[in-house]
Amino acid sequence: MLKQKGRYGLSFLVLFVLSTSSLWAQTPETDSGATAWMLTSTALVLLMIPGLAMFYGGLVQSKNVLGTMMHSFVAMGVMTVLWVVCGYSMCFGPSVLGGWFGWNPDYLFLAGLDDSILDGGVPEYVFSMFQGKFAIITPALIAGAFAERVSFKGYVVFIALWGLLVYNPLCHWVWAEDGFLFNMGAAGAIDFAGGTVVHISSGVAGLVAALYLGARRGYPLSIPRPNNLVMTLMGAGLLWVGWFGFNAGSSIASDLSTAQALTATQAAAAAGALAWVIFEALHQGKATALGFASGILAGLVAVTPAAGVVQPGGAMALGLLGAAVCYGAILLKNKLGYDDTLDAFGIHGVGGIVGAIFLTFFIRDSWMEEAAVAAGGSWTTLQQLGIQVAAVGIAIVYAAAVTLILIVIIDKLIGLRASNESEMKGLDDAFHGERGYGMLNAN
Amino acid sequence: MKLITAIIQENRLDQVREALLAAEIERITVTRCSGHGQQVQKEIYRGRVMIPNLTPKIRLEIAVNEDFVNTTVDAIMGSARSGSDGQGEVGDGKIFITNLEECIRIRTGERGPEAI
Repeated sequence: MLKQKGRYGLSFLVLFVLSTSSLWAQTPETDSGATAWMLTSTALVLLMIPGLAMFYGGLVQSKNVLGTMMHSFVAMGVMTVLWVVCGYSMCFGPSVLGGWFGWNPDYLFLAGLDDSILDGGVPEYVFSMFQGKFAIITPALIAGAFAERVSFKGYVVFIALWGLLVYNPLCHWVWAEDGFLFNMGAAGAIDFAGGTVVHISSGVAGLVAALYLGARRGYPLSIPRPNNLVMTLMGAGLLWVGWFGFNAGSSIASDLSTAQALTATQAAAAAGALAWVIFEALHQGKATALGFASGILAGLVAVTPAAGVVQPGGAMALGLLGAAVCYGAILLKNKLGYDDTLDAFGIHGVGGIVGAIFLTFFIRDSWMEEAAVAAGGSWTTLQQLGIQVAAVGIAIVYAAAVTLILIVIIDKLIGLRASNESEMKGLDDAFHGERGYGMLNAN
Repeated sequence: MKLITAIIQENRLDQVREALLAAEIERITVTRCSGHGQQVQKEIYRGRVMIPNLTPKIRLEIAVNEDFVNTTVDAIMGSARSGSDGQGEVGDGKIFITNLEECIRIRTGERGPEAI
């Protein structure tokens, strides 16, 4: 990904070397092509959040449909406000506190972005809004792990703190120019569009939360049926479409790298979806619609970190691997009996780990050659594998540890797990005073 | 044989089901329905409190032999009352008990108490 460009460096250059020309002459021109694509991508990634709301919303009981969709929608409010206030600064400001996160007072309320254009010709506002969408969807993904049993207030406080203390630091480490994972090894840990930052962090956080909060009432003896798989499929469709913004937009350009990412994304999603229904047909005898939707997601998640470095063949291999391992992970979950309700860990955590590690074996040669030059001679697949495993390990440990601390504190202070009574009533009635499906009853 | 028809609050369904299962009453038909009794239910839409004409409820139908009538009624009474104190509120519903003329199991053609 293109990083925050050295704003101060550029200013000094202007002052010392080109003091005769005006500052305006040195500001990069807006590249309308790249900017147009980045604006489109920003909108596409935003579209994924209602898509996620529909995907998750269709999978729960009818009494929880609004509460579950609100988990995604409220994230658009909470995370956007935090992003504007200080999230962008924490992610893309210069490192502070030993590199824990970034900080640049200029970025608070995005005040310093007003006339800033990045070197790629994209206004920094667009880059910031694009990145902000990732900060929205990541905590919203976690909600799948503890669906149908959390209090709305506890959830809102949780995602706000999680965004500040888990997402922002991880984003800074992986994507900011001075982040330590960005600079690890010859050419950095590869995470093109958020395998570690988005999917591993949210999946692992979901697993920790599901284990700490415990299962829904009656689980696993009674497993309620999804209330509306039609809505789930529409949500999966929106996610697939939106993912083009998520992956192809992560090139922060409109060029060859965008095309490479876009093709890898489509190939992996298709391979994942097909693989999933084939496994299902062999294992259960029937290919399910929910299985196809899950396969789409597994494929997309697996290719997310890799979209910038793999060719279509490798992308399909990653999609297939993602589907295979996620399918196995969900079977294992059912054996172990913990209640990761909508498989936030089973798909996003596991798929993200598979993608981030196995992408190493499918990196295109030109990338490895550039890495070798950067390393001063040679750079092997095995060396990059070490970097990928280290990055994945760091993301898992950090996300798990901080999530656990946050959950314990929030659950003790204001309550994260919904009361028995509220859980039986359903989230819609208990926390929102509304019902999702008015048309089921005459009124 | 009796047919027990209970109209209960939507959000007590889980509790009632659990209580019935604990009393070993497993055969049941559940439907969503709407109706009007003493209760007026308030819902909030865009900040305005609305009072719908008909309140959504759940209807349970349970066919039982004479020995099980009291067990079933007790299980429903004990679980369908809302409020933490168990005192109940207006809107908790009603139980109707009617005589059941005949009961036939379609698969075998058995009739009467055997088929329940």
